[in-house]
Amino acid sequence: MKIVILGCGRVGATLATQMDEAGHTVSVIDSSSDAFQRLPLKFSGEKIVGNGVDEEALRRAGLEDADAFAAVTNGDNRNIMASQIAKEIFNIKKVVCRIYDPLREQTFKELGLETICPTTIISGLVAESLTNNTSSAAATKAK
Amino acid sequence: MYIIVGGGGDVGYYLTRYLLQQGHEILLLEKENGRFQTLSEELGQSVLKGDACEARTMEDAGARRADAVIAVTGEDEDNLVICQMAKERFNVGRTIARLNNPKHEELFQRLGIDVTVSPTKAILSLIESELPGQRFVLLMNLKRAGLEIIQIVVPSLSAVVGKQLNQINLPRRSNLALIIRNGEPVIPTADVTLEANDEIYALVNREGEEELRNTFGNA
Repeated sequence: MKIVILGCGRVGATLATQMDEAGHTVSVIDSSSDAFQRLPLKFSGEKIVGNGVDEEALRRAGLEDADAFAAVTNGDNRNIMASQIAKEIFNIKKVVCRIYDPLREQTFKELGLETICPTTIISGLVAESLTNNTSSAAATKAK
Repeated sequence: MYIIVGGGGDVGYYLTRYLLQQGHEILLLEKENGRFQTLSEELGQSVLKGDACEARTMEDAGARRADAVIAVTGEDEDNLVICQMAKERFNVGRTIARLNNPKHEELFQRLGIDVTVSPTKAILSLIESELPGQRFVLLMNLKRAGLEIIQIVVPSLSAVVGKQLNQINLPRRSNLALIIRNGEPVIPTADVTLEANDEIYALVNREGEEELRNTFGNA
């Protein structure tokens, strides 16, 4: 599968490495070339310096014949706009968009984007883990 | 009308002032504290500190009763999200976005933004029209009608010089509105004979532009 990833921060770099190791063809885009230092030396994918809401940069990353696109920069709006370009202009079927702001995520999910909101996911996980720990701690004490 | 303006840069500031003078109810949203302070010294209650991309801010701003939302930040992605949130979440009837990159026009239209304004494009064509030797200048885009208003200066070697208008084949969807000759207006009737350096103002649809250019250009 050919995958284009926008944003080479911690998430972008980890995702790109994972996909590369799994044997997919990967292109990563970031506005700063320094960001690519997060990728391991053995990373065999393409690294593109460019602005993710610029069609030209997306084209250089090979989005035209990609199977999937993931937008994982730090900017919600940048991810939202890039994802919509991927869907509307490049007709990419599988587009995943990270949005930190839960209300914004809800709106764009309703508009048909496939969205992931780390804020709700992580707070849910932490809450779960907190309550689990409390109950197991309580259980230990009771012994 | 109640209008919310997102982004308190120069454009947002002058726009707010202008719309207030026109008697509208305006709320300008600016997220950066320093800039907000400066703006509120002059605009008082018409500025609110907050990010127009945030649903909560827009709720506080009364987006549900807004007649229009205008997004004029310096970032296209922010302007897009402000307008899409306004439309989808708050059912705002009219959304207007400033486009910094003219290439984004098509995307914004496809995504349902009602109006896009591209200062970059406008500045380019204004400057182009003032450069010496320009023969063919796009003055204005009438988007809804799919028409352009174009200024043509007839080159001296053009095949149309010395011909009457009824002898010239014009593209089907084009219309000559006015000729300026030596600073004087000439109404373009069928029997007007074209001269070199006539300034022609024409309406044409996008498909006809190239044809019009060929008709009046150098043979």
